[in-house]
Amino acid sequence: MGFKSKHILSIQDLSRNDISEILKLAKKFKTSQNFGKNLLNGKTVVTLFFEPSTRTRSSFEMAAKRLGASSINLSGSGSSMVKGETLLDTAQNIEAMNPDILIIRHFSSGAPYVFSKMLKTPIINAGDGFHEHPSQALLDLMTIEEAKGKTTGLKVLIVGDIAHSRVARSNILLLKKMGARPFVCGPPTLIPPDLKKWDIDISYDLQSAIQDKDVVMMLRIQEERQMQNQFSTKREYVKYYGLTHETLKYAKKDMVIMHPGPLNRGTEISPEIADSPHSLILSQVVNGVAVRMALLYLLGLGGKVEVRH
Amino acid sequence: MKCVIKNGFVIDPAQNIKAKKDILIVDGKIQKMSSEKLSTKNCDQVIDAKDRIVCPGLIDMHTHLREPGFEHKETIATGSKAAAAGGFTSIACMANTDPVNDNAYITQFIKLKAEQEAVVNVYPIGALSKGLQGENLSEIGSLKEAGCIAISDDGNPVMNSYLMRKALDYCRHFNLPIISHCEDTHLVGRGVMNEGLHSTALGLRGNPTTSEEIMVARDIALSELTKSHVHFAHISTEAAVRLIRDAKKRKVRVSCEVTPHHLFLTDDQVSTYDTNFKMAPPLRGKEEQNALKKALKEGVIDTFATDHAPHSVLEKQIEFENAAYGVIGLETALPLTLKLVDEKVLSLEKLIEKWTVNPARILGLKKGTLKKGWDADITIFDPKKSIQIHRDKLFSKSKNTPFHGWKLKGQVIYTLVGGKIVFQQS
Repeated sequence: MGFKSKHILSIQDLSRNDISEILKLAKKFKTSQNFGKNLLNGKTVVTLFFEPSTRTRSSFEMAAKRLGASSINLSGSGSSMVKGETLLDTAQNIEAMNPDILIIRHFSSGAPYVFSKMLKTPIINAGDGFHEHPSQALLDLMTIEEAKGKTTGLKVLIVGDIAHSRVARSNILLLKKMGARPFVCGPPTLIPPDLKKWDIDISYDLQSAIQDKDVVMMLRIQEERQMQNQFSTKREYVKYYGLTHETLKYAKKDMVIMHPGPLNRGTEISPEIADSPHSLILSQVVNGVAVRMALLYLLGLGGKVEVRH
Repeated sequence: MKCVIKNGFVIDPAQNIKAKKDILIVDGKIQKMSSEKLSTKNCDQVIDAKDRIVCPGLIDMHTHLREPGFEHKETIATGSKAAAAGGFTSIACMANTDPVNDNAYITQFIKLKAEQEAVVNVYPIGALSKGLQGENLSEIGSLKEAGCIAISDDGNPVMNSYLMRKALDYCRHFNLPIISHCEDTHLVGRGVMNEGLHSTALGLRGNPTTSEEIMVARDIALSELTKSHVHFAHISTEAAVRLIRDAKKRKVRVSCEVTPHHLFLTDDQVSTYDTNFKMAPPLRGKEEQNALKKALKEGVIDTFATDHAPHSVLEKQIEFENAAYGVIGLETALPLTLKLVDEKVLSLEKLIEKWTVNPARILGLKKGTLKKGWDADITIFDPKKSIQIHRDKLFSKSKNTPFHGWKLKGQVIYTLVGGKIVFQQS
């Protein structure tokens, strides 16, 4: 099989079949240590990160190495306006190095699209501004399927700063595509405008919203938003939207807890809950490598080689 | 110097003329218009305008020529060539140059440069506040003496209501309109496109229609208070239309313009983060667009204006949120707005009125009609000719057009300024 789309910039680039294929492959990578060992021998994966990141970057690197590819890290910093270097300059420099796959993280929504218009290299969007983070959503889906045995019909509640979250956007799109039902909960100031038109239920009250959900995803809340009056104080945010033992009393017994990381323990999630048996946070990290192996493999070989599985 | 334009179909809304006529130009002025064939004997030039529309030269009351200061984007020379190619014989240029046109010396520089290098009439617009900072009034009287025909901080909304009030009061003495760029900058925040479903999907910060509505409402109130003329630049919302319609009914001294891009593009077209779809105010939704067209039809919107805003790749080929605001428009304006005739929004006559006599009246220019003795600023175009917009074929120094590849109807054949051909379709 191969992707119809050359790049993975958005969940919208993937069909249901693509997604099933990715997850199937990822499971195989996860369970069999030797499978895939040399599949990308001789290939070069470049990670170009304009924003600091530990887990996503190392997860992609780990994935590349397990497939036998070499990876090179490039860091961009500051906006091109400030540097006086256009994205075109940056793009041409990278193209000149002739990588096989380019992984881009950028603080500005849509920046990977600018690169994709100028480059021949396949691109994976590793998070752009508030727009999307497709590999995160895919690993989340894998984690949910593992825990619940299915996706269809599951009720998934995403809590927190929806407006500024690429994880929320990719997850909403992916969950809907795969037949699950996403819900969002957060203060009205952090719910993006017209989200209702995506046919999503919006709640401002966590205690009632959490009641019948199968999965809850907590999003990281950034202090910077408080400066922008997106919420009043951290104390009040925790009071209404922090996941605590008190809140969990309203949830179903088998509800699982997820978080894309990095955690703000004591803010959106209380420390003991993050480590509780209901928490899938570390599984997410494990699955991250497997899902990224699948993505690299599928893009890196241009879908030309058939894998028996 | 004698010139005859023969066989053309003349539309001159100010004189209510809509007929086949010949025009005689002597020494740059309109000498005669006649339904009879005019003799071409002893003429220095004869233009055959058979099957063409002949109308007063188009006036764009809102351009950015970028000189002085940003000559890598546009100059008075290149901007005026783009204007001529687009059928414009007069353009008014905004003050946000570097240095800002907030004093008579800069105005004189622009006038001098235009005299030497421009092929169309260039009318500077003076800054309302020093350095466009929105704090202290610029020397508006001196700006007028030097040749400014309106006052505006365009690009920077005047957030200080006290300053706006004083500027309006002050301008009453000089009989200059203030052109208002209406966006409440606090409400806009870091918004870079219209707020709504599409900004949410793209993960871009939104700029709500309300930011325009608030400022239009404020400036109507201030116009009422001061009895001074406020002209609203590039309105983009149904709310602005509603407020202006009501203000006009109450005889408040307001007028407004709309750009071709707000009439023919919507916010869903930002989909691939193409920065040629980024401008201020932002592209809005279909409903806002329909309201603008309805307002054109009703006459609530007085004029078109291009808001021609050239930017180089340095400012445009970057992240959407950091890219400069604005698109070029001089060379696409006429064929785009001609679509409104096909869409039955406007008659051809009304369309020409909004490109000629209406902006002339707002700016107090003795232009926009082909009356005897007036300057022979004339545009001759073929409204039926099919064309395709190609960014590399434009005269403007910058190529930031969202209309690249568009197939349109309408082509400028000749542009005459003071009886002289400044553009001829090859």
